[in-house]
Amino acid sequence: MNMVIILIQYTLLFATVLSLVALGGCFAEHSGVINLGLEGIMVMSALAGALTFKYLGSDASAIVIILAVLVVSMLAGVIYSTLLGIAAIRLKADQTLVGTAMNMLGTAAATVIAKAVNLAEDPTKPSSEIKYVAGRKAFLFVEGYEFNVFMVIALIALIGAYIVLYKTRFGLRLMACGEHPQAADSVGINVAKMRWAGVLISGALGGLGGICYITAGVSSWKFEVGVAGFGFLALAVMIFGQWKPSRIAFAALLFGFFRALSNVNSGFEFLKNLNIPSGVYNMLPYVISLIVLAFTSKNSRAPKAEGIPYDKSMR
Amino acid sequence: MKKKGFFKNEGVQSFIASIICILLGLLIGFIVLLFINPKGAGEAMLRIIQNFLKWNRSEKQIESLGNTLVKTAPLLMCSLSILFSYKVGLFNIGVAGQYVAGACAALIGVFGLHWNWVGCILLAAAAGAAFGVISGLLKAYCNVNEVISGIMLNWIALYSTNMILSSYTVAGRKDTPELASSVETAKAIIPNAGINKLFNGNKYVGLGIIIAIIFAFLVWILLSKTKFGYELKATGYNKNAAKYAGMAEKRNIVVTLGIAGLIAGIGASLLFLTDFSQWDINQTSVPAMGFNGIASAFLGGLNPIGAIFSSYFIQHITDGGSNVDLTMYCSQISDLISAIIIYLCSFTGLIRYLFKSGIFSKKKDRPEENANAEPEQPAPVETTAKGGNE
Repeated sequence: MNMVIILIQYTLLFATVLSLVALGGCFAEHSGVINLGLEGIMVMSALAGALTFKYLGSDASAIVIILAVLVVSMLAGVIYSTLLGIAAIRLKADQTLVGTAMNMLGTAAATVIAKAVNLAEDPTKPSSEIKYVAGRKAFLFVEGYEFNVFMVIALIALIGAYIVLYKTRFGLRLMACGEHPQAADSVGINVAKMRWAGVLISGALGGLGGICYITAGVSSWKFEVGVAGFGFLALAVMIFGQWKPSRIAFAALLFGFFRALSNVNSGFEFLKNLNIPSGVYNMLPYVISLIVLAFTSKNSRAPKAEGIPYDKSMR
Repeated sequence: MKKKGFFKNEGVQSFIASIICILLGLLIGFIVLLFINPKGAGEAMLRIIQNFLKWNRSEKQIESLGNTLVKTAPLLMCSLSILFSYKVGLFNIGVAGQYVAGACAALIGVFGLHWNWVGCILLAAAAGAAFGVISGLLKAYCNVNEVISGIMLNWIALYSTNMILSSYTVAGRKDTPELASSVETAKAIIPNAGINKLFNGNKYVGLGIIIAIIFAFLVWILLSKTKFGYELKATGYNKNAAKYAGMAEKRNIVVTLGIAGLIAGIGASLLFLTDFSQWDINQTSVPAMGFNGIASAFLGGLNPIGAIFSSYFIQHITDGGSNVDLTMYCSQISDLISAIIIYLCSFTGLIRYLFKSGIFSKKKDRPEENANAEPEQPAPVETTAKGGNE
C-alpha cells in the first residue's frame, strides 16, 4: 500500500522535471530555435542551485532558501542559454552543433567547478559531489514524503505557458516567428528579439528543471554524470506532447512513471518475483520514448521554421 | 590555375579557422585555471600541452606517445563516423552508442565465442552498424530526429552492455578480464606487426592506428571520388532534389547511418582488443570517446584527412589533462577545453565568411556581418558543391 504512494510521488517528481524542461524546449522551438542544449542548461543551473544550498547553510529560513535557490538556478539557466542565443540568432550557427557543444561544456564545466570547490576545502579529496541534505528539506511539504514545491511550480508553469502562448499577443507573435518568420517580420515583429525571448525563457525553465532533478529524492549529486540524458527525454516529451502545454503534462506523467519504476521496482513483490535485472528498468524510459516517438513523429506538428536561422535578405 | 590567392583556398581557410579555435579554446581554458588557482595555472597548462613530452628520457616519451596513439585510433574512427554522416546532412550523435555496441560485440566475440581478432572486429562492425541502422530506419520511415533517437540508443546501449558483459567478469571484479590472461582470449589481441618496436616496445601499439588511418582514406575516397558518395552528399544537400533526380533518399539515410555505425563499432574494437583498457560494468555514463569524436570531426574541418590530425590533437590534450597537479585541478579541464573548441567550431562558417568578405585582403570596407546576402550555410554545403576540398 505504502509502495503505491511512493510510486506516485516519484512519478510526480520526474513528471515535474520533464514538464518544466519540456516547456523550456517548447518556448524555444515555438520561437524557431531548436534548443538541444537543455541538458547542459540543466547541469549548469543544478550546480548553481547546489552551490546556493551549500553556501546558505542550514541556518537560513525555509522561505529564504527556496527563493534564493530558485532565483539563482533560473538566472544560471538564463545566462547559460545566452550561449545558444548568440550562436543561433546572432551568428546563425548550426543549432544542433551548438546544442551539443553546450551539453558537453555544461557537464565538463560543472565537474571542473564542483571539483575546484571541493579541492579548495580539502586537497586530498578530489570529488565532484556536492551535498545539500538540510537545504533540500526546505522544499518538501511533509517530512518523509517527496511532495515538494516544484510540483506546484510546474503546475503554474504549465497553465502559465498555455495562457502566454495562446492568449497573449506576445505568445502569438512568438509562435509566428517559429512558423513563418518572414511573414512575422513583414508585419513589423522583430524576429531576432522574439527568438531571444524564446531562448531565454527556455533557459529559465530548463534551469528550474535542473535544480528540481538533482533534488528529486536525493540529497547530493555527483556532477560528473551530468543529468543522464534527461534533457533529451524532455525533448521526447515535448515532441510526444506535440508542442502543446496540455499534452506535455500528460506525456510527462507517462514518461515520469517509467522513470519512477527504476527507482522503486524492488519494492513491489510481484515485480521482484519477475527477477528482471535493474538494468532493464534503467533503460525502460529510453526504450519507451523511442517506441512512442516512432509512432507519433510521422504526423508531427513541429513549428515549421524551427532550426532555420532567419535571414532578412532571403525574404 | 594558382591565381586564387593563398587565403582564398578553402583548405587553408579551414586550417586557419581550426587554429583560431584551438588557440581560443586553450586561452579560455587557461583563464579557467587561473580562476581556480592562479599559482599553478601556468604549469598545469604546460602539462596539458606537453602530454608525453613531460618525461625526461626519450624512450619514455616515445612509449607514452604510443599510449596516446592507441587511444587516437578509436577517436579517429568516431570522428570519421560523425563527419561522414554530417556530410550527408545527418548529425550522428548516436556514435557513442554505436561505439558501446561495438565494444560489447567485440568482447562477446572474445569471451563468449573465443574468436580471433579479425572475427571480433567484424562482429563489432556488425553491432555498430545495427545500432546505426535503427536510427536510420527511425529517421527515414518514422520521421524521428536522429539526434534524439541517437541519445536514447546511447543509454540503451550502455545499460544493455553493462548487463551482457557482467556475465564475463570474475566474481568481485567490476572490469572484464584482460585478454592476455588466458590462451583462448589472447588470440583476439590485435597483432603488433612490429610497430611496437618503434615505440620502445609498447605492447599496446599495433595495427589499430594503421587500420584507423586506412579508414580515413577510405572515407575520403568514398565521399569525394565515387558516384555513391556523390549521391549521399546530394541527399544531404537537398533531400527532395535528390528524390526528384531518382535517388533513393530513404535508403541513403539508412545506409549512411549504417556505415557510420560500422565505423564507430570498429573503432571500439580497436581499443578493447588491445588490452589497453577493460570494460567497467558499473559505469553510469556513456564513454566520452563518441562525444570527443564530434570535437575532432569539426576541428578537422569535416575533412577525413584533417580528422587524423585533429583526433590526435584532441587525444593529446585529453591525455595531457590527466597529468595536471591533481591536488589543485582536475583532469576534466581537458574535456572543458574540447567542449569550448566544439562551441567555437560552430562559428567556423563565420570565420570563413569573414575571409570571403575580405578582412584579410585590403579591398574596400567589409559589409555588415548580418545584413549580407551570403547565406551562412553549415559547412557541408560548401564542400558538397565542390566535391572534396583538398
